[in-house]
Amino acid sequence: MFQATALNERNRRVEFLFRVLFGLMTVLLVAPVLIILALLIREGGPAVSFDFLFTPPSDQGRQGGILFPLVGTIWLVVVALLASVPIGVAAAIYLSEYAPDNLLTRLINLAIINLAGVPSIVHALFGVGAFVVFFRFGISILAASLTLAIMTLPVVIVSTREALQAVPMAFREACWNMGATRWETIRRVVLPNAISGILTGVILEVSRSAGETAPIMFTGAVTFLPFLPAGVLEPTMAMSLHLFTISNSVPNMPDEIKFGTALVLISMVLLMNAASIAFRMYLRGKKKW
Amino acid sequence: MAEQKAPQPRPEDSAISVNMVSLWYGSFRALFDVNLEVKAGSITALIGPSGCGKSTLLRSVNRINERLGSYVRTTGSIRVHGHDVLADDVELAQLRRQVGMVFQRPNPLPLSIRDNVLFAHRIHRAGERVTRIEEDELLETALRQVLLWDEVKDRLNGPATGLSLEAQQKLCIARLLPVKPKVILMDEPTSALDPEATDALEGLLWELKGEYTILIVTHNMAQARRASEETAFMLLGKMVEHRPTQELFLTPHEQETADYIEGRYG
Repeated sequence: MFQATALNERNRRVEFLFRVLFGLMTVLLVAPVLIILALLIREGGPAVSFDFLFTPPSDQGRQGGILFPLVGTIWLVVVALLASVPIGVAAAIYLSEYAPDNLLTRLINLAIINLAGVPSIVHALFGVGAFVVFFRFGISILAASLTLAIMTLPVVIVSTREALQAVPMAFREACWNMGATRWETIRRVVLPNAISGILTGVILEVSRSAGETAPIMFTGAVTFLPFLPAGVLEPTMAMSLHLFTISNSVPNMPDEIKFGTALVLISMVLLMNAASIAFRMYLRGKKKW
Repeated sequence: MAEQKAPQPRPEDSAISVNMVSLWYGSFRALFDVNLEVKAGSITALIGPSGCGKSTLLRSVNRINERLGSYVRTTGSIRVHGHDVLADDVELAQLRRQVGMVFQRPNPLPLSIRDNVLFAHRIHRAGERVTRIEEDELLETALRQVLLWDEVKDRLNGPATGLSLEAQQKLCIARLLPVKPKVILMDEPTSALDPEATDALEGLLWELKGEYTILIVTHNMAQARRASEETAFMLLGKMVEHRPTQELFLTPHEQETADYIEGRYG
């Protein structure tokens, strides 16, 4: 009475097949990351040292380390963060908590999605036109960072909005029904509960911009500079452009240095990601629901 | 209204006075010329089958219906202690301070127990200096009034969402008290609770009555019978009958009331 029928057997086989298929796809997804990391560590690992990180490049990068591009990338990312986070988070709060659901709001959302789809080279050209030329920032960290900021704004807005909308509506209603205004509700209840999601999204997306080359190569990053930038209105070297240059345009470049540079760049991004995840876990631990 | 010293309500006053109120959701008419007088300091139950408009009426008193947007239209007058609730110059924040609300599902905020109880108070006293001692007093008074103090006094800084549903619902009542509301509206406040918790909450209503006017919507007739002094029966958006609870249940005047309380529909 309870014996398996032919249909049960067939279902079991199909089940097995799909399970294996999906599992394989997952492995396929992780494999490139691991292979890239392994390759970089094997080829570039020996080059990376304390001196490599803290010595400026010389002889077009054949000698010395990567201090100037490393510091330059930190400059670019930090200034981009300072620009995109306040604007992006504020816009997301408006769109999620205040904006009525009407045609205008929908158009704004559409514009944000489209902005996310703009190729980075187009952002770069916009950055040249707007920040370098029109606002007269010149080829500078400021121009490059603002270009990066505009490029990352849509993702900052979208991830922030998602974090805000993950806070249950019931909490907001409870506040409103006690006579709290929108802002009191946001400040006391919504933001404290969304902050871990917001920060994670923001750091993840902005750390990705550390690796971008196109948006900064016309706006603020230069291939070689014999000194560190003294302020945001000066040009700078950057890791991504430096890697591009030494891999592409410098003859007799030792492979070790190329791989080492790539390893440091990817480590920076992974480190920021890890930090944001650790931070999220810390904040989640403090969550009250 | 906010600045007045809250006088002990006299029982002969009407705490809530609903006069010829009609309400439309778009083109659907949910209330038909409803009248209701709720005595100050009393517990009044609103009963009736699903969709009869009892929740709509309740939600009109502190105007949270309006959250649904401009397609909600109300006519007639609703007064709370003589003050028109529907007037143009009513500040909703003040109205909701004076007319608190408790919902079906307990909805404590994701804050500590202490911050939950003091939330409304802090909002309405923003800018004024309130000492820690004052806050502690308000906290203890409110929690004692809802019979929750002994259960939570050792974990006031713990998360409110970790409490049992019964305690959460009591907390949701407690957090209304520090701002001294005149009226507490309850929308089926025990429907998420088990029988014992329901019992405890009904007991609490009798503790709060007198100082506060309570209007409670329930679809549980036994509850209306146990936990109210007056009962109003609504049907299809109309007020059918409103009388002292025992009379309404023992000798209903209207045939519809009799049919409903005998369970012929509902």
